[in-house]
Amino acid sequence: MSSLQFDIAHLLAGSLVLASFMMLYQDRLYALLNVYALHAGVLALSVAWQAYVQQAPHLYVTALIALVFKAIIIPVALHRIIRRLGIHREIENVIGVGLTMMAGIGLVALSMVVMLRVTPGADALAREDLAFALSVVLLGLLIMVTRRNAVSQVVGFMSLENGLVLAATGAKGMPLVVEISVAFSVLIAFIVIGIFLFRIRERFDSVDVQALDRFRGERR
Amino acid sequence: MMDALGAILLIPAISAALLALLPGYKLTAKLNVLAALATFLTSLSLFVIEPTSGQYLLLDDLNKVFIVLTTFVSFTTSVFSASYIHHEIETGRLTPAFLRFYHAMYQMLMFAMNLALIANNIGLMWVAVEVATLTTVLMVGIYRTHEALEAAWKYFILGSVGIALALFGTILVYMAARPVVGEGMDGMVWTVLVKHAAQFDPALLNVAFVFLLLGYGTKVGLAPLHAWLPDAHAEGPTPISAVLSGLLLNVALYALLRFKMMLAVNSAAITPAPLMVTMGLISVVFAALMLYRRRDIKRMFAYSSIEHMGIIVFAFGMGGPLANFAGLLHMTMHSLTKSAIFFAVGHIAQVKGTQKIAEIGGLTATSPALGWGLMLGVIAIVGLPPLGIFMSEFLVVSSTFARAPWLTVILVLGIIIALGGLFLRIGPVMFGEPRGKTAPAEASYVPMFTHLGLVLMAGIYLPPVLVTGFQNVAKLLG
Repeated sequence: MSSLQFDIAHLLAGSLVLASFMMLYQDRLYALLNVYALHAGVLALSVAWQAYVQQAPHLYVTALIALVFKAIIIPVALHRIIRRLGIHREIENVIGVGLTMMAGIGLVALSMVVMLRVTPGADALAREDLAFALSVVLLGLLIMVTRRNAVSQVVGFMSLENGLVLAATGAKGMPLVVEISVAFSVLIAFIVIGIFLFRIRERFDSVDVQALDRFRGERR
Repeated sequence: MMDALGAILLIPAISAALLALLPGYKLTAKLNVLAALATFLTSLSLFVIEPTSGQYLLLDDLNKVFIVLTTFVSFTTSVFSASYIHHEIETGRLTPAFLRFYHAMYQMLMFAMNLALIANNIGLMWVAVEVATLTTVLMVGIYRTHEALEAAWKYFILGSVGIALALFGTILVYMAARPVVGEGMDGMVWTVLVKHAAQFDPALLNVAFVFLLLGYGTKVGLAPLHAWLPDAHAEGPTPISAVLSGLLLNVALYALLRFKMMLAVNSAAITPAPLMVTMGLISVVFAALMLYRRRDIKRMFAYSSIEHMGIIVFAFGMGGPLANFAGLLHMTMHSLTKSAIFFAVGHIAQVKGTQKIAEIGGLTATSPALGWGLMLGVIAIVGLPPLGIFMSEFLVVSSTFARAPWLTVILVLGIIIALGGLFLRIGPVMFGEPRGKTAPAEASYVPMFTHLGLVLMAGIYLPPVLVTGFQNVAKLLG
């Protein structure tokens, strides 16, 4: 692999982490969805580049799924749901943006330390990809933890899945079964979530998860 | 490839499609029972004619135990479910349209669990566990009350995160395997992986196992990761609580055991024992303490499930032929007992119209069969002789006592605290002043007493066939 190919792959995977960081400080739902679309777009590019470098044509399918389904259909659908249901468009954070960003930086550092240390044998690109993928996964978790709003938790979960796809494509020659299944599971997950959002709306007039928290724990 | 292994998958898959289309809940409930029975009988045939394992499906002594247990409890639960939903329709908590969906999802869940158990491909296994999670999420939310929706949402979010971590672990396993077994499908086939695991990079395997333990451990309901479990058990329909506690937790545990076996082959990798033992003990003690302040009867037994999964994971963590044997036996006994308890609790909650412990009382006087059935179940689950759980807990404790006396102290303490908690809460429910409604119960007692009978029998006399079978599996687990 030439060093240019490596650099481009590195750049794209790094951009994905950057896009995850951008999600961390969004305080409007629409803006968050737009950043998510960007996130999925970068993922599609990154996967397509991997397909080219590894000469694995089946990865183009994964890239296409990421582009069409995750970068276009889901954000558009969520935009419509938000408008139709009249969901509050501000995102309530559990902790401040500054602290969240610091935690994010810490998580990225952690995943670098862990993944680079345990994979000295693997080729350089796979190592970097895994480290970036773990960062994206952990940042996705962070988004889910720090948001109170159901839609933004869902977005956090989807960005987490993007990290998994990055890891799966970075692992050279991993069977297609997994990629399809990941795409498939996102689809199902989305349907489930869609149903939930509707039901939650039906009952609470709000998609704010805190409205649910009233019922936490024991019946009284 | 239409042998028994294929049939175990096909029967539930076809029935799921069929049940989604057919109207009339009385018919579909019967069909559901029939399909579950057919799957169970097919699984029994695995002992007679052994199908060959391929690249996708696998059959060995280990998953045979799990498959038979799973299909048996699914069958008895479907019998219970038929009488349970009859009552739900009458009281209007569920509508026929929802039931169509409910039955289809029930068979879908059977399909997913069976697939997870016989998959030889770690990717396929992961997909199956994910499908099982999604179907149960839908079932937990089926009543559409505030509580049910919150429980389902919590379960969905925590379950998905767990499953995402498990996938990351799976990818890492493939990364570790790639330099040795080459690219492509072989890198995910479990039998190939185990054969070559000795040459894998140990550091990568270690990290992979941590992710797998966190991921599948969430589904097992181990203590720091258990938050979804009590809600999902308490708010869903009771047949689903029985299946969740009795089967789905086992399936996740099975996935974990497969990876543990792989790690055991590689001598340079960490031994999973300390991690599993610690998480198991934390679960036991934590859940035992939580039992004391429960107000909801289903929630209470959900915590008891966490406790028992803790004991099982502890036993498998200790390892060795005896502890593994004890773990397997305990798992079987717990599945049978806990589902029997949920059968009883389901009918009791229907008779009384509530799940609040404070509003249920004097059951042995008002509905003797249900009351004494539940009492027997509770006596079994806390581990009193002569029932099966006493024997398996005794084996767990005695096998660890020789090797790690201090751990035994914590374990026994946890078990005793749980015993106290359960009796304290269940006493007034059984023998106190009769409280709540006293409508005659239209219950199906057969599944409950079949399970309890089996547990009682196992406590008094274990057939030698079963003993040698379990011993073989215990050896396999290392």
